[in-house]
Amino acid sequence: MFALIPLFPLAGAAVNGLLGARFLSRRAVGATAVGAVGLSFAAAAASFAGLLRAAEPAAVRTLFTWVPASLVRTASGALAEVRFDMAFRYDPLAAVMTLVVTGVGLLIHVYSLGYMAQDKSYARFFAYMNLFTFAMLVLVLGANLGVMFVGWEGVGLCSYLLIGFWFRKDAAADAGKKAFITNRVGDFGFLLGTGLLVYALGTADIAGISAAVEGGLLPKGAATAAALLLFLGATGKSAQIPLYTWLPDAMEGPTPVSALIHAATMVTAGVYMVARLHVLFTFSGAALTVVALTGAVTAVYAASMGLVQNDIKRVLAYSTISQIGYMFIGLGAGAYAAGIFHLMTHAFFKGLLFLAAGSVIHALAGEQDMRRMGGLRTRVPRTYRVFLVGALAISGVPGLSGFFSKDEILAAAFASGNTLAWALGLLGAAMTAFYMFRLIFLVFFGQERFSAETARHVHESPRVMLVPLEVLAVLAVAGGYVGLPRVLGGGAWFGRFLAPSTGAHGPHLAAGTELLLMAASVAAALAAIFAAHAVYVRGRGEPARRFAGKHGTLYRVVSGKYFVDEFYGRVFVGGVLRLGRLAAWFDRRVIDGLVDGAAALARAASRLAIGFDESAVDGAVNGVGRAHLAASSGLRRLQTGRIYNYALAVVLGVVLVITVAVAVF
Amino acid sequence: MIPIEAVISLGLLLFAVGFVGVVVRKNLVVMLMSLELLLNGANIILAGLGRRLGSPRGSIFALFVVMMAVSEAAVGFALILAYVRRKKSYDVDALDDLKG
Repeated sequence: MFALIPLFPLAGAAVNGLLGARFLSRRAVGATAVGAVGLSFAAAAASFAGLLRAAEPAAVRTLFTWVPASLVRTASGALAEVRFDMAFRYDPLAAVMTLVVTGVGLLIHVYSLGYMAQDKSYARFFAYMNLFTFAMLVLVLGANLGVMFVGWEGVGLCSYLLIGFWFRKDAAADAGKKAFITNRVGDFGFLLGTGLLVYALGTADIAGISAAVEGGLLPKGAATAAALLLFLGATGKSAQIPLYTWLPDAMEGPTPVSALIHAATMVTAGVYMVARLHVLFTFSGAALTVVALTGAVTAVYAASMGLVQNDIKRVLAYSTISQIGYMFIGLGAGAYAAGIFHLMTHAFFKGLLFLAAGSVIHALAGEQDMRRMGGLRTRVPRTYRVFLVGALAISGVPGLSGFFSKDEILAAAFASGNTLAWALGLLGAAMTAFYMFRLIFLVFFGQERFSAETARHVHESPRVMLVPLEVLAVLAVAGGYVGLPRVLGGGAWFGRFLAPSTGAHGPHLAAGTELLLMAASVAAALAAIFAAHAVYVRGRGEPARRFAGKHGTLYRVVSGKYFVDEFYGRVFVGGVLRLGRLAAWFDRRVIDGLVDGAAALARAASRLAIGFDESAVDGAVNGVGRAHLAASSGLRRLQTGRIYNYALAVVLGVVLVITVAVAVF
Repeated sequence: MIPIEAVISLGLLLFAVGFVGVVVRKNLVVMLMSLELLLNGANIILAGLGRRLGSPRGSIFALFVVMMAVSEAAVGFALILAYVRRKKSYDVDALDDLKG
């Protein structure tokens, strides 16, 4: 059953990609794409229902053998049979991921029907979107690291294709390349980590790795090395320090793409992968600390950049980086289910925020700069309402999904004793609330700062875009209740459901402590919202400008994105260029010198040969010719050309022969 | 019965006339005709000796030579015709393209 989930989007991508542009109407293209994801969602829901009833928490379905078994001597000297099956594994974690990917994906596909309605490359867009959904589903269903890697690379490819979807625009084409190349660095880590595990354990199977690690077959150092290499892959896909720089640029893609790939699904691949291999990370311990601290630092660092962005989508991009940081804090604290919980709620509210931002951009005919927005509350009321829901959810206002998931993570971080991660998380939460409401106030409140020309065309988006938004808004509110914590009277059902895949939760806190932590984060969020209101509504942004003026250097550093792009550009890109120039110089001077030298030698040798040829060989040939000429110039006189001379010669010859014959015999 | 010496003498005489014709005359047609005389001189000797020896082989051989002579005359005249068309002359001395 669950093997069908990825097949529908693949079929949809094939139909739209191969036939869509030429043979299908726009209506048929849209129906195919949405239908494929819809069927896939239905299959995911059916599989989920089956899983709830099933006795076994995990099922593996092998489609075919991909790489046949071969004997490999592992690090410990034992012989192991290494094989890769094209196999899917369906367990609670995969169930959650497939539901999120196909569910949110379906809503975003529907939304795209409206958002991309005017685009020329309609079929190409939907083919890529379906292909992406397929790759993501392969990634989350892969039963071994090989299949996962196929999906891993597949989503990277689709991300590249979709970021650069409007490839005639240089910025989009560059952003696509940047995303792809940055991801390659991470993918390399993933591949090395996989290789290390295969070398150490002789298996790349998720279940096999978990069993081997639990059985103590892996030395601690190797486990840490493999986990860190895999985590490097996760930082690439999930846009964490140090490989986060591609995500803000990825906003050059169409907004539904940003929502689907760069908010809801693909960027959570790293989180999913760490949760999938939680046994390895837990065993290593050190790797887990690295995960938690990377997440915590990224959460605050990205949030700080989100505070000063003027592009509406870039605010959301930094917010995404920051929120994925939270997921890694949760994972790093050993609360894998909490990380996945935040992954799910984040998919709802961040998908919602991106799509709503797309609706704003749509209303303003492509304007993305918040300095030229304002006062849209009354002009696009339905978009405003759903946007507000998303902002409240991400800010951690009690009662909405983001509150439950973020608090579970912070509580887990606190419980694990990593108070640094907890403190950074709390700081990040306050910053999150501040920049989200800065965005709300700049876009929907205050004076209209767009041109009169634009003002005449401002319009609410069509139903096909608003309905998915409203569905996501409902999910952003209600999605948190599947994991309602015990202290608030819930059963933490989500964590219990995931336990077979991600292990049970770590240490528990006293109820009082947990409530206190909740109060702290709620207070931080509310204070930040009020601060944003004071600065951007009552102060009309004046306090922010004054602050920026007083601390000019700080503002320049933060709004210059800490100059990390420049640093990477100089060190890595520049380094590669310098290396290339060195290689070119070496090539021209040394290699070409060798080649040219060989050529010169050959030319000299051939000149000698020419001399010999011309004097000796030609001399011999011409000499033969001349000798014959000299000899024949005498004989040619015999050749008179007169027949009777020849006839006479014949007769004389006959007479001679007869005479000789008679005389001798 | 004609004595064999007379027959051979006639053959030799015809052969000699033909030979002189071929070697001396410059007209291509006459040369071809002389060639026929050469062949027929040989034919007379063949047929005469065959009869003298009581065997039909000489006559049969002479018949073959006659047929060959016919073919040779046909080919020869065709060649001469082509030659005359090109050179507008019957003179064999003009036919010296192979002169060394």
